[in-house]
Amino acid sequence: MTRSVRRTRRTLQLAGAGAAALMALSACSSSSSDDSSAKPDKSGSVSPKLSGTVTVFAAASLKESFTTLGKRFEQQHPGTKVTFNFGGSDSLAAGITGGAPADVFAAASPKTMALVTDKKDAAGTPATFVRNQLEIATLPGNPDKVASLKDLTKSSLKVVLCDRTVPCGAAAQKALDAGDLKLTPVSYEQDVKSALTKVELKEADAAVVYRTDVKAAGDKVEGVEFPESAKAVNDYPIALLKNARNAEAAKAFITLVRSAEGRRVLSEAGFLKP
Amino acid sequence: MPLPLLVPGLVALAFLLLPLVALLVRAPWRSLPEQLAGAEVWQALRLSLVSATAATALCLVLGVPLAWLLARTDFPGRRLVRALVTLPLVLPPVVGGVALLLALGRNGVVGAWLDSWFGITLPFTTAGVVVAEAFVAMPFLVISVEGTLRAADPRFEEAATTLGASRFTAFRRVTLPLIAPGIAAGAVLAWARALGEFGATITFAGNFPGRTQTMPLAVYLALQNDPEAAIALSLVLLAVSIAVLAGLRDRWLTGS
Repeated sequence: MTRSVRRTRRTLQLAGAGAAALMALSACSSSSSDDSSAKPDKSGSVSPKLSGTVTVFAAASLKESFTTLGKRFEQQHPGTKVTFNFGGSDSLAAGITGGAPADVFAAASPKTMALVTDKKDAAGTPATFVRNQLEIATLPGNPDKVASLKDLTKSSLKVVLCDRTVPCGAAAQKALDAGDLKLTPVSYEQDVKSALTKVELKEADAAVVYRTDVKAAGDKVEGVEFPESAKAVNDYPIALLKNARNAEAAKAFITLVRSAEGRRVLSEAGFLKP
Repeated sequence: MPLPLLVPGLVALAFLLLPLVALLVRAPWRSLPEQLAGAEVWQALRLSLVSATAATALCLVLGVPLAWLLARTDFPGRRLVRALVTLPLVLPPVVGGVALLLALGRNGVVGAWLDSWFGITLPFTTAGVVVAEAFVAMPFLVISVEGTLRAADPRFEEAATTLGASRFTAFRRVTLPLIAPGIAAGAVLAWARALGEFGATITFAGNFPGRTQTMPLAVYLALQNDPEAAIALSLVLLAVSIAVLAGLRDRWLTGS
């Protein structure tokens, strides 16, 4: 009897481990760090030669610019590979504090970065590398003549906002508060990209999204700037993580992001200087 | 008992139950009444129950005749139609939502007509939630009813028609009572599926408290910044699911 109980308990533990492994796998399927130790170069050059994989967890809004920077980095440091995990800053932070193997974290807001630093998972202090401002995305040609944030409060317009739980929604709320405006959207979307999609598909007449998203959408939407957005600028912090397996290469990637070249790529995407 | 079967079997059992046990273990029991007292919770639960019930009604009205056509009539391409009916079962719900948007959205293939002729737009409305839920739940009902129809003896209907009843009367007076248990089981399945629907709903109907925010959406969004609230909401859905299982106990738990 005792034996069978013990066996059951052992089996349960095994199952727990299996389930945990499954979760870990699904959480970081895009990351692989097969050769992650930065080997010092023995050939005598001054700077250590970088190699291995850098795993970067970055906010979804950074997708276009970071992909470009990742390719630059691989060109500049042959033998390295940069893999990305783009997603909502909240869930990325949850993944990192849950032990996902990441080297670098770039978040869309200090609040989401704080989730990681509060758990002492970052090495050093995070640095703000860009800022992002809100813009109104309207249908091409702006048929509803949206010229200000106040115009969105007209009841004839279908407007979508991000949910207040995600950074773009929190920022939109801040901008509305700054203008003392009340806006009832048709939907609170779960992230900035799905808010934009509803306008691209012409299901909504307008959405409050980031400038960079309007730019990335090309001519599928038209951007309208509004003064209240200055009150709701989001800072994007980047940090090296404590459990980085390839700290040297990760540091070099952060340096590239913060360099003049990195800044150029990011500002082309519509980001503002910090 | 052979060990090579017992061990993986127990692992599978633990794997299925462990997450639910974890939900109970980590539940904020002390603050639970407070978490569940919020108006948004009941708003979301009420909307979930109402829309799942409406979706089930829609499935019954349209799905039972479809099941009858598939089981009792013969037409070219019937097998293909039957396969297509099950497609929403295997389709990722998000894809279903995108497809619904392209079909019934304001700018969609059919939706554009609905909008310009009747001024009806489904996205961002409770009706849109019902449509999204019915889309994913209908196959469960159709398959369940069709299976029951195939198992039911068609000679009763034939007897009724030879006695002068029209085919529709025979269906109404003879077939329907005969397959009522199958319809009920299919309706419960469809209702449960509609209640848990997330992907198609958030894609097609959006998320607005009281109008399109059902429980699964509320759970997902609560998880972003208030995990305790998400756990509390999940517990409510778990309780509802267990209630459904209890309702189906005659069919599943007794193990026929």
